Amino acid sequence: MTSAPRLVGEQFDDLEQQQEACSLGMWVFLCTEILLFGGLFLSYAVYRHAYPQAFHDASHDAEYWIGTSNTAVLLISSLWMALSVHCARTGRRKLLLLFLALTLIFGLAFLGLKGLEYYLDYKKNEVPGINLPVTDAFSRQKEMFWTLYFFMTGLHAFHLTIGCGLVALILILAWRTGYNAKHYAPVEVTGLYWHFIDIVWVFLYPLIYLPGRH
Amino acid sequence: MSVPEEHRGSLWNVLTNVGVAIGGAIGLNALLRTLRGQPEATPLLKPPLAGPAEHTPREEIVEAVVAERQHSYLDDGYTVRSWLLSTDHKRIAILYMLTITLFFFIGGIAATIIRLQLVTPQGGLVQTATYNRMFTIHGIIMVWFFLIPAVPAVLGNFLLPLMIGARDLAFPKINLLSWYLFVFGGLFTTAAVIGGGVDTGWTMYAPYSSLYSNSQVLAAAAGIFITGFSTIATGVNFIVTTHTMRAPGLTWFRLPLFVWTIYATALIMVLATPVLAITLLLIFAERVLGIGVFNPAQGGDPLLFQHLFWFYSHPAVYIMILPGMGIVSEIIPCFARKKLFSYTTVAIATFGIAGIGFLVWGHHMFVAGESMYASLLFSILSFLVAIPSAIKVFNWTATLYKGSIRFQTPMLYALGFIGLFTVGGLTGLMLASLAVDVSLHDTYFVIAHFHFIMVGGMVMAYLGGIHYWWPKISGRMYPELWGKLAALTIFIGFVLTFLPQFVLGHLGMPRRYFHYPPEFQALNILSTAGASILGVGYILPLFYLLWSLRHGEKAPANPWNATGLEWQTASPPPKHNFDATPIVTEGPYNYQPEESERDNRSSEESERDVSATPGR
Amino acid sequence: MTRKLKTEAPSRVTSFPLTRRAGGLGSLALLLACTKAKAQEQGFPLGPPQASSISTRVDAIFYTELTLALIIAFSVCFLVVFFCFKYRHGSRANRSNPPSRNAKLEVAWIGIPVLLALIFFAWAARTYFDMYNPPPGAIDIYVTAKQWMWKLQHPEGQREIDALHIPVGRPVRLIMTSQDVIHSFFVPAFRIKQDVLPGRETTTWFEATQAGKYHLFCAQYCGLNHSRMTGWIYAMEPADYERWLSQTQGEPTLAAQGERLYEQLGCSGCHGASNTVRAPTLEGLYGKPVPLSNGQVVIADDRYLHDSILLPKLQVVAGYKPVMPSFKGAISDDQVMELVAYIKSLGNNAGRADPRLPQNAVGAGAETTYQQQSVKARIK
Repeated sequence: MTSAPRLVGEQFDDLEQQQEACSLGMWVFLCTEILLFGGLFLSYAVYRHAYPQAFHDASHDAEYWIGTSNTAVLLISSLWMALSVHCARTGRRKLLLLFLALTLIFGLAFLGLKGLEYYLDYKKNEVPGINLPVTDAFSRQKEMFWTLYFFMTGLHAFHLTIGCGLVALILILAWRTGYNAKHYAPVEVTGLYWHFIDIVWVFLYPLIYLPGRH
Repeated sequence: MSVPEEHRGSLWNVLTNVGVAIGGAIGLNALLRTLRGQPEATPLLKPPLAGPAEHTPREEIVEAVVAERQHSYLDDGYTVRSWLLSTDHKRIAILYMLTITLFFFIGGIAATIIRLQLVTPQGGLVQTATYNRMFTIHGIIMVWFFLIPAVPAVLGNFLLPLMIGARDLAFPKINLLSWYLFVFGGLFTTAAVIGGGVDTGWTMYAPYSSLYSNSQVLAAAAGIFITGFSTIATGVNFIVTTHTMRAPGLTWFRLPLFVWTIYATALIMVLATPVLAITLLLIFAERVLGIGVFNPAQGGDPLLFQHLFWFYSHPAVYIMILPGMGIVSEIIPCFARKKLFSYTTVAIATFGIAGIGFLVWGHHMFVAGESMYASLLFSILSFLVAIPSAIKVFNWTATLYKGSIRFQTPMLYALGFIGLFTVGGLTGLMLASLAVDVSLHDTYFVIAHFHFIMVGGMVMAYLGGIHYWWPKISGRMYPELWGKLAALTIFIGFVLTFLPQFVLGHLGMPRRYFHYPPEFQALNILSTAGASILGVGYILPLFYLLWSLRHGEKAPANPWNATGLEWQTASPPPKHNFDATPIVTEGPYNYQPEESERDNRSSEESERDVSATPGR
Repeated sequence: MTRKLKTEAPSRVTSFPLTRRAGGLGSLALLLACTKAKAQEQGFPLGPPQASSISTRVDAIFYTELTLALIIAFSVCFLVVFFCFKYRHGSRANRSNPPSRNAKLEVAWIGIPVLLALIFFAWAARTYFDMYNPPPGAIDIYVTAKQWMWKLQHPEGQREIDALHIPVGRPVRLIMTSQDVIHSFFVPAFRIKQDVLPGRETTTWFEATQAGKYHLFCAQYCGLNHSRMTGWIYAMEPADYERWLSQTQGEPTLAAQGERLYEQLGCSGCHGASNTVRAPTLEGLYGKPVPLSNGQVVIADDRYLHDSILLPKLQVVAGYKPVMPSFKGAISDDQVMELVAYIKSLGNNAGRADPRLPQNAVGAGAETTYQQQSVKARIK
């Protein structure tokens, strides 16, 4: 056993093995997540292929500036997250706390903007099943865009909410105990998850906001 | 229509409640009483029966265990709480075993009603609506609450850490969580059954499931959705455990094939299940919010649902059968006392099946309206996915050559598996042939085909595995004679039930038919007759295995004189599996047929070998 | 038995070389066929009647595969039983040098199955190809499926429910759509099955070879009375069929009904032959290439016409403004079919719909089923 036996689960031999297992576990879990979004991406591809014009028009009505700002916000948050992992690994506690807090703030900012966007969509009568007017076949096709839009961004926002919760948890733990070069798996694993959310958005952004912009 | 149906619903309600109560009471009570009855149940380790000297390095460990007189995992507490909050993989496996057994018999009752109904062409036992609910529940329960968790979650959970020399899975708490998710999902589905049932068929094709069905689709879909996360959690756990927690010296190509197949299964679980989750979520949204991703009236495409569904459900078939192949690959070398023929090929074939298995989902849609070129591609891939399975069958057969074969119950199940799986696989070729599938699709031919694989293959393997590892799990031997009797009953009943269905399907009887033309009656009666034998066969092990918990002979650490790390520790194993981390120095299945014979001859006079009597 | 084999021979031409290659399988397959015929005589059929042009070809594949499967299954079982007996524990068999590898053997048992699989794939795919593409000159039967009945209409206007009369010896093409959930048109004796989808047309075809009465089943689970959604196909000698046609009270033909609808809906106001300013003329349109405003050129097939009525704004003809209103929800599926039939008849000079379609329609329509097709009125 190592210097910090309390931190090692009794099924593991040492911290290193535990760290490896946690990290691999998160990677495998992210594969699952990719396929969870994959079903939606496939649906999007099928319907965009079937209704190119409707998707173009509907995408034109999406809140382009919010989407773009959100992309920037999330990308920067990923930088903070990467720096957090680095600080955890090198044992710089204060910087770690700072960067984690920044990550959390940027994540929440994304969610806030997303909420604003949903509100604007609602005001513009673009929510299928609630107020999106469906008069003819073409509006049916646009409805499909909005359905997929809410599904995909909703699922993404749900993941980000969980991500924010995890970062908050890590923040509290880091404040209480701190992490060091030997024990930083929780930060790294949260980081992996955070970057994954970021990458999903990088794919969502062009699919949702760009078809109507050329 | 609705009044008598509610009537039947309540009968069903009572049946399930009684089933739950009886099953739970018998299971828990027997288990707890047994355990209390023998607080010092640690068996004395006998040296292996016909102790060939091939495990010298490991035997020291065994002796160390004997010296310590450890408490088994079963003695780690007798309260319900000590079971329900246990993170011990072995206890969680037992929890799973009780749950899936319960679900198996619920699904079995539904099957019984289906078969009884089909005795006459016009029915009369139940209403049409009830019949539709019965086959749906049979499908949903058997697929998601029995077949998929059966081998991975019960035997995989119990054996994976033991086989790789680990103290537990990598994430024991997630393992417990996955059982709770499973139970939670099961409750939703049971609620759907009690609340009026589901009538969509287990495939839940849109737009019937999303718009037209008036049954409890939401609750059933929610149950499957939640259970999906249980599967994913199990899958992640197994992959990480196999990668990071193998004992020193246990390289990939020294792993027992059961571990290989569990690993491949876990990969499929992790990669396929999320697609089902998102599909069910869309069905959910379609019913609740009225959006129409799969509804043609709203611009949706019902074929998209089928693509997404089969992208999960076809690989899911391999979730069910691969671990079964793993079990057979353990049992056959042990009872033939011979090294598995071409271990590496079998291991690679496992991954061949898992890999190509992801690319053949479109063969469920040859007549659904997919493009002809897509059909051509899916057809050729379906032919190719059969090849690795054929390789395995040939390898198992070749393993028997020059072996020293004994016919204990697990071996009977394994041999039955080879025969039935071969028939199931070969009929798959007809279904993969485009022109032939057009007429066979959605008929009883398909039903017979997948029951040969799933029941003839997977359930036979599961029961074989349960008997093989029963001494390890419970610390007791099962009664051999009853075991053989049940194995034979199941085999005969199974063949009688499903062989006539091939003919029915070829004649053109569509599946999910409540009424059928009278000329199909003779074969249907034959099938139902077989099913009654099959039913008896399935109930037998329930009784004698429970009986053995109290009255069975105490099991030695290695009753079959098998290789593999799980046999190096006590039966039942101590809480942390091994007293000292085992070190592995050789590959699996190091059996010597000639030595087995020599040992037999030397001990022939002193001890009559009951097990050598051929089973059939 | 022999009579049956004789009648099979001519339609089997394409499959002969492969069957012959199967060599020794032949005699066993013959044995199977004999057993089957014997059982049939005893009133215990083991296979459905072979009543269509492709049924014998499909059965040739099926029985060859069955024979092969039986050989493999028996060989495996025989070996298992033989080894189990010979090498049972305690027997005096020779167990020296037990093999755990044999590269040659393994290559053989991987290679041969792969080869067999490819042969069967090719054979079945070739047959499937013919089952997929209807021959020219087929009679078009329009099929509408709904919970839980089949509605069928002949080109001459006769409507039938859960029954279909067709002549022997002429190909019949089924153009099918569903009004609610997915159904499947299954005639075991003809070895055909095709799912029938809502909001989309699917087609299949057959040519009956033996007069008789055959089962029609719905093979895709469609709700409560799925198993009641059955019917009969009456295959009749051509003369009997003509008599049936003339005796059955035919409603106006599809095309005639379409013409009436065409006037009622005021289509002629814009599409009339004299007025081509607002909309293109429809005469002679069917089967011709149409240049679209987005630069594409499409063939005016059934699907294009169907879509253009329901979703006119999707594919606008070059040179015209997208002014046509959608008729989605305004007219039923049956009515769309009638309109399409009428427009098709305009392409054929005669005012009456010709049962024989122009061949190019078949070629253009065959590969379009997978593409997302039009939406349709939601049926309440």
